[in-house]
Amino acid sequence: MDLVMLSRLQFATATMFHFLFVPLTLGLSIMIAIMETKYVRTGDKLYLSMTKFWGKIFLINFGLGIVTGITLEFQFGTNWSRYSAFVGDIFGALLAIEATAAFFLESTLIGIWIFGWKKISPKAHAAVMWLIAGASTLSAVWIIIANSWMQHPVGYVLRNGRAELSDFSAVIFQKFAILQFFHTISATYIVSAFFVMGVSAYHLLKKQSIQFFTKSFRIGLIFGLIFSIFTALEGDMHGVHVAEVQPAKLAAMEAHWETTSRAPLNLFAIPDEKNERNFIEIGAIPGLLSFLGYHDINAKVKGLKDFPMEERPPVLIPFLSFRTMVGLGTLFILLTIIGLLRRNRLLESPLYLKVMVLSIPLPYLAIEAGWVLAEVGRQPWIVYGLMKTSDAVSPLASSQVLVSLTAFILIYGLLGIVGFYLIIKNAAKNPVL
Amino acid sequence: MDLQGIWFFLWGLLWAIFFMTDGFDFGIGILYPFLGKNDSEKRIMINSVGPIWNGNEVWLITAGGVTFAAFPIAYSVMFSSLYSALMLILFALIIRGVAFEFRGKVDKKSWRNIWDIAIFAGSFIPAVLFGITFANIFKGLPIDQSGVFQGSLFDLLNFYGILGGLLFLLLFLFHGSVWLSIKTEGELHERSKTTALILWPFLLITAVLFLGASWFYTKLYNNYLANPILFSDILLTVAALFASKFFIKRKEFFKAWFSSSIVIVGSVFFGIIGLYPNMLPSNISTAFNVTAFNASSSPLTLKIMLVVVIIFIPAVIAYQAWAYYLFRGKVTKEDLAHEESY
Repeated sequence: MDLVMLSRLQFATATMFHFLFVPLTLGLSIMIAIMETKYVRTGDKLYLSMTKFWGKIFLINFGLGIVTGITLEFQFGTNWSRYSAFVGDIFGALLAIEATAAFFLESTLIGIWIFGWKKISPKAHAAVMWLIAGASTLSAVWIIIANSWMQHPVGYVLRNGRAELSDFSAVIFQKFAILQFFHTISATYIVSAFFVMGVSAYHLLKKQSIQFFTKSFRIGLIFGLIFSIFTALEGDMHGVHVAEVQPAKLAAMEAHWETTSRAPLNLFAIPDEKNERNFIEIGAIPGLLSFLGYHDINAKVKGLKDFPMEERPPVLIPFLSFRTMVGLGTLFILLTIIGLLRRNRLLESPLYLKVMVLSIPLPYLAIEAGWVLAEVGRQPWIVYGLMKTSDAVSPLASSQVLVSLTAFILIYGLLGIVGFYLIIKNAAKNPVL
Repeated sequence: MDLQGIWFFLWGLLWAIFFMTDGFDFGIGILYPFLGKNDSEKRIMINSVGPIWNGNEVWLITAGGVTFAAFPIAYSVMFSSLYSALMLILFALIIRGVAFEFRGKVDKKSWRNIWDIAIFAGSFIPAVLFGITFANIFKGLPIDQSGVFQGSLFDLLNFYGILGGLLFLLLFLFHGSVWLSIKTEGELHERSKTTALILWPFLLITAVLFLGASWFYTKLYNNYLANPILFSDILLTVAALFASKFFIKRKEFFKAWFSSSIVIVGSVFFGIIGLYPNMLPSNISTAFNVTAFNASSSPLTLKIMLVVVIIFIPAVIAYQAWAYYLFRGKVTKEDLAHEESY
């Protein structure tokens, strides 16, 4: 396997593993802050127990997010040094701001939240969790601005063989970043919501701590319902913008080869990239692709054949990941609506509760699929239209990367098993009331 | 002073603060199997850094992030050249981080033993490797005209590099044992204090050796000879080292820790001052040196980052100092009984 592929695999491994933990941190921090605030306001010790129960899981998850995050910062320099030299003026600044403004706050405050129960007032302690949630969100803002710049570079000039910053506000306020941020953050809330609902459902099935888990389920449900719907609606806006600024990605994720107006959407297809067609196409819905991409059933959708071969993304992975994401996203809306309707009869809905337990991994799958779509659909570019991924790698020996990739798979594999074991163990425990 | 010069200084400062803060928790992690005679003492050692180690480690992320933002070419050459060393440091930091969190989660001796090893290895490896890599940076790396590293991890294991590794190891062990003297009581406190006093002469000798070796292996002294006032950094560092021992003997442990902090910062700046304006000297040809001037970002980025840093870094120092203050005092056996303790 060549250097570029190995480097890409390593980056994908590191980021996708990190992203198993970040979504839960983002959403659960808010939910725990809500619980702790309710405790401070009402004095009801049930809310304190909820804070501590979900908090314990949160901390295991948070720790894994932190350590796997260090990898990401190192990795731009270690494995993508040519990329770093090219984009550092812009991308490096965004990462440095993420560290100074967000990481410090998050990491300093977590120590205070863990250890400071008796050192600061209950009000202040609850405020600390709100600040942790805020800091994590701020971190997400900056990293998404950074990724959005890779997808749609703005506010720069090319000078001395590098991209140099020319307009900072253009970079941080660009439409792509705003749409991508809201899409991603709401998706992380879905992950967190389904986690809380699923774990609560498990305990409700066992009729354990019913009041505790009914309240927890409801908090998860409100989150899940609002953000499942929001992610879908906003996702449509984001998709329309992607169609406008990354037409090759749109063509790839739809396995759309021929430029046509009234372009149909295939429910399923298997692409034949070498022959620039699809082996099979199932369920072609006329005009739907034009409508989804441009909100105009007669719009012309550019096909892959109209892009030069060396500028086409791979087709199969974006196609499958898009459908996974959207299919699951639709399911999430369905499941949360059912939850809304049955929210007062949860104990009499064992089938629904069982489904919710089994659904815990589904938003994880959806969110990873979404990110895979974003990144693989951008290929062969590392910065869309500006720098190719193959020109971006560090000048290392393939053997070096093979060794580090193997180490990542082994160490992360072990960490993942241990981490999820601890999360599941603590989630399944009947809380001390 | 120009933007690039200011950023060179800030870059050095961030690395110095990283070593000053994470340095003592590395030290404690290494001392851990030796000073912690039973589970209770081990837990006290971990909990002495429990609330603050995470915030300390972010100084590394910031130092790296600022290298990327202000000097992207230096970031790109440094991180790809030192690939193997940085990967080892990374894996060590990962297992150390989760060890703190996971160790207390299962009540089995075999489980705790695994995480104890992780804490030790996860502290020892970064301490030594950072010393080796920074010493090699001072000495000069085999960087060619395209910024490509023409060497391997084993090239870093030369005499000067290893001496740097030893220096950092001793600095962090000393710094860690002084911190423990502040945070512990009883037998553990006595053991920590004794450890600090035993380490001290070895640290002094190694520091002197390092200063001497730098004369032969590096060009660091050129800047000092051109501006002799700069020797005050070396004098201040050595004075702080003596002050540290003085304060330990007088049982004024916070002053001792503050002094050893100055020793670490002063040691890092010995190299930073000596390097200027180079960031990654090349031992193939000085024409291939990565400098603050040929590696920096555009003036616009440097200005924006300067504003960011002027706003946020003092705030960070303030709230981190507050966190240290909030958790001041000894870690006792009673503290271990709290459910949230590590």
